[in-house]
Amino acid sequence: MLILTCPYCGVTSEETEFHGGGEAHLKREGPGSDDQAFEGYLFHRENPYGVHFERWRHVYGCGKWFHAARDTQTLEVFGTYSAQVTTPPEDLLAVIRDKRPGWQWRDLA
Amino acid sequence: MSTRLNTGGHRIDRSAPVTFSFNGKTLKGYRGDTLASALLANDQMMLGRSFKYHRPRGLVASGAEEPNALLGVGEDGRFEPNQRATTQEVFNGLVSTSQNHWPSLEFDIGEINSKLSRFFPAGFYYKTFMWPRSFWKHVFEPVIRQSAGLGKAPQDADADTYEHYYHFCDVLVIGGGIAGLAAALAAASGGAKVTLLEQGPMLGGRTLVDEDPALAAEIAGMVATLQAMENVRILTRCMGAGVYDHGYVLGYERLTDHLDAKDGPRHRLWRIRAGQVVTATGAIERPLSFAGNDVPGVMLASAVRDYLVDYGVSVGDRTVVVTNNDDAYLTAIKLVEAGLTVPAILDAREGGAGALGTLAEAKGIRVLKGHGIAKVKGRKRVTGVAVCRQTGEGAVTEEIACDAVAMSGGWSPVVHLWSHCGGKLLWDTDQAMFRPDATRPPRGSDGEAFVRVAGIANGVMDLDAVLDDAVAQGLAAAQAVGQAGTTPADLPALTARDDRPTEPVWLMPASAKRDLRAKAWLDYQNDVKVTDVQLAAQEGYESVEHAKRYTTLGMATDQGKLSNINGLAILSGALDTPIPQVGTTTFRPPYTPISMGSIAGEARGETFQPLRRTPMHAWHEANGAVFEPVGHWRRPYTYLRAGEDKHAAVEREIIQTRNALGLLDASTLGKLIVKGPDAGRFMDMMYTNMMSNLKPGKCRYGLMCSENGFLMDDGVVAKWDEDTYLCHTTTGGADRIHAHMEEWLQTEWWDWDVWVVNATEQYGQIAVVGPQARTVLEKLGATGVSNEDFPFMTFQDHVLAGIQARVYRISFSGELSYEIAVPAGQALALWQALLDAGAEFNVMPYGTEALHVMRAEKGFIMIGDETDGTVIPQDLGLNWAISKKKEDFIGKRAQLRDDMARPDRWKLVGLETLNGSTLPDGAYAVAAGTNANGQRNVEGRVTSTYHSPTLRRGIAMGLVLNGPDRMGETIQFNKVDGTTIPTKIVDPVFYDKEGTKNV
Repeated sequence: MLILTCPYCGVTSEETEFHGGGEAHLKREGPGSDDQAFEGYLFHRENPYGVHFERWRHVYGCGKWFHAARDTQTLEVFGTYSAQVTTPPEDLLAVIRDKRPGWQWRDLA
Repeated sequence: MSTRLNTGGHRIDRSAPVTFSFNGKTLKGYRGDTLASALLANDQMMLGRSFKYHRPRGLVASGAEEPNALLGVGEDGRFEPNQRATTQEVFNGLVSTSQNHWPSLEFDIGEINSKLSRFFPAGFYYKTFMWPRSFWKHVFEPVIRQSAGLGKAPQDADADTYEHYYHFCDVLVIGGGIAGLAAALAAASGGAKVTLLEQGPMLGGRTLVDEDPALAAEIAGMVATLQAMENVRILTRCMGAGVYDHGYVLGYERLTDHLDAKDGPRHRLWRIRAGQVVTATGAIERPLSFAGNDVPGVMLASAVRDYLVDYGVSVGDRTVVVTNNDDAYLTAIKLVEAGLTVPAILDAREGGAGALGTLAEAKGIRVLKGHGIAKVKGRKRVTGVAVCRQTGEGAVTEEIACDAVAMSGGWSPVVHLWSHCGGKLLWDTDQAMFRPDATRPPRGSDGEAFVRVAGIANGVMDLDAVLDDAVAQGLAAAQAVGQAGTTPADLPALTARDDRPTEPVWLMPASAKRDLRAKAWLDYQNDVKVTDVQLAAQEGYESVEHAKRYTTLGMATDQGKLSNINGLAILSGALDTPIPQVGTTTFRPPYTPISMGSIAGEARGETFQPLRRTPMHAWHEANGAVFEPVGHWRRPYTYLRAGEDKHAAVEREIIQTRNALGLLDASTLGKLIVKGPDAGRFMDMMYTNMMSNLKPGKCRYGLMCSENGFLMDDGVVAKWDEDTYLCHTTTGGADRIHAHMEEWLQTEWWDWDVWVVNATEQYGQIAVVGPQARTVLEKLGATGVSNEDFPFMTFQDHVLAGIQARVYRISFSGELSYEIAVPAGQALALWQALLDAGAEFNVMPYGTEALHVMRAEKGFIMIGDETDGTVIPQDLGLNWAISKKKEDFIGKRAQLRDDMARPDRWKLVGLETLNGSTLPDGAYAVAAGTNANGQRNVEGRVTSTYHSPTLRRGIAMGLVLNGPDRMGETIQFNKVDGTTIPTKIVDPVFYDKEGTKNV
């Protein structure tokens, strides 16, 4: 049972207070997108054994969605950050680069 | 004979006799006895039958690792199967029974399996019960079910209560032996909040058995110091059951299992968050694999010693000790010191033992070096051993008569808790054991290790080094949580024993022939023998995880405690691959089984989950409501009157509502308020319809799809004002749809100026339904509510019976209908006023079943009936509710996929059986021919089916291949008896197609 810190209300709490929302930073494909792009948006997901970026919601707390960068192998949480971004903040990426040299996730490295 | 000695037994209180029973026999023990020690004291050597071969089995161990002595304990509501005799303390009135035998423990029919063991090899079930297929249902399954499983499931509801505790500490120490105590002292010395768990009733661990009795006083001193510290909490009879992510640990405390009087909760589950965890869980002795190592009376050498020292119980007058290490000599020495006989120590090592060997020989014990056991004599108990050279095939050199065998194959650190959350192990060749690899620990959220292992559990087997290691781990744990500590003063002085190294012995004798190997057990609990693992390897199960499942080695409650290393070593030998490459199976929590009650805690009966009640709930209860669960709500299914069954009540409610007036408590309906300058734009994305062009004061039925295009919810939207919408959702959908809206607002369109509030519980809502609905509204003070002044799909504010109300003229029944929303606190008053005003029309409330029937009569869909997560609005003929003008809405892109537009999708139609009967729910329409699996082809299915009291016949809706193009055609719906029901495809609107009633 993970411990996460909600970047909105600042509460550090048990996983049961949160709800996982799958992969982070998906780009929505609406009408006008081709089948391949839409398939990728709807169905294709990263499944890394290592660094991962996820969406979480503080569902039994402030109700806010946020992002978490985490290692699915060691369960280390590199950080949580705002849901209102399309890519992880640069300072967090620097932390990950430092701790996991050579990591890669989608087009991030 | 096993018996109680006149002296010894520091755990028992000889002044406090206890009476208990085993298989109906009344027996005596003492306070402090375990059920195991008390049974042994009464010469009850045989305690059960084995799982597969029904061989007689007795105690092997003295603690949590015991595989055989699983008993039924208690009676009626307090009966529990598979309780370990070794961890169950005796109390007055304890009732215990043996398991897995028929008709009796002494005489068992199933023992024939043992004679047939050649025919029950590893993978027997997989190999045998395959053909003919038809035998499965009537032959194989009943036979397997009869013989499967250990123990009998309780028949009565659990009479006890259970509870959960939440607990937080800086350092959690698991294990109350000398290493755990030292680690706790070190960790607590700088002020860290320390909690120590010990699974047994007593602190001090093996030191109290194995070392100088004078150490007991020093240990008591350590305990007293800890108890005096305000930052330390000690819990005994509390097992560290599992270690989970980020320092989460479950502690399993047994509060009343040892007491005569069972007051208060039986078990307490501690849900602990620890900054650091130190496991000081010691080690478990390994059995040796020789023929007959499962005969009652063959026990671990440490267990023989425990029963002697802890409980004053002798397992037998004459005990042969067989070992590959020095530690077992201690058992021989203690037995002789207690006046018992040790005919021989069989040491598989040619070089024999160190200092303890010298001491044993000085006490006159005969030591046979380089020897082992070829075979144990005796069936229901040991009568002797046949001795052989360890090297060789088992030629018998002599036979020694004895009553018990004390075996030791070395020690395995208890690494379970370390491994639960991903801690890795390394193979220590010198000590022939897996021990924790400190470089690959379980890690916390900060990426740092959160579990440390102290003492023998860490593979530190030299006694003088144990305390140093424990102190170091305790200090490191304290430091990791920012609490520096100091090395505790006055720790006991322990001296190393000068043991000679353990020599691995995985099979005794080393080249044992098949007949001996086939009687050498690796896993007592799952009845796995050396030959089974070898056969698995031979048949290609090379992965340790595969071999485990094929043979069942180390499965179930054993979790590798006794069987693991010996089994791995045999597999390693059979595969000719070193043990570290073979690897180990996964240790899973809990360490030993914990009660289901403790997991449930207080969550049972009425406190299982919160119940949501509408403002009228109490009225419903008082007026015959039969409730059904809808989400966490309880909604009246119908209201029973005297002499009625549910069917009759539903019919009455429908006919009354259609003919005059009915009331529905619609308060559970979801009510989401969407507000803001961008509300219209947002509503257009959420719903398939255009919502932004709705005029204030108007209502519109809307559909919501998932991004996958499938219909997920529906309901009437009312536009309160230019930037405010009220979205009605289904009862079960309110929370989900609210979350859905929040998700899109927060994560996709966060720059849109919109807010969503779930106001479901703020309003009580009452549907006033039927031809007299308007009259009743007028009676309560509403004016200007004619069909022209207050048309369908609009809302108005009125004061009804003095209550400010918002009245929606919407209908889910086809009748003239008003849904009246008032503040929740006034809903019951309005409900009562409506009942009073409607009395002259014989008003009555109706429940969810009447609601369902009336909506089906009108062909209205129900989310969850007509939809199942694979149905799109187009399948339901709802194209009119899908905007073609909008560029985008959630699900629009998905509905453009080929599969959504293919012509042969099943589509919604009405269904009328030719004979007027009601179709079975979920029935399939069968078509000509069969599919690739030889099953009948199908061309549709029933989604809703009811008896319509209005039409006096069965009506149904269903999804049928090309259904709307086949109006009037007759198709066949199947029944479970194999017959079919001819059914005509019709329009889904069965009642009042012209809408003449809603005026």
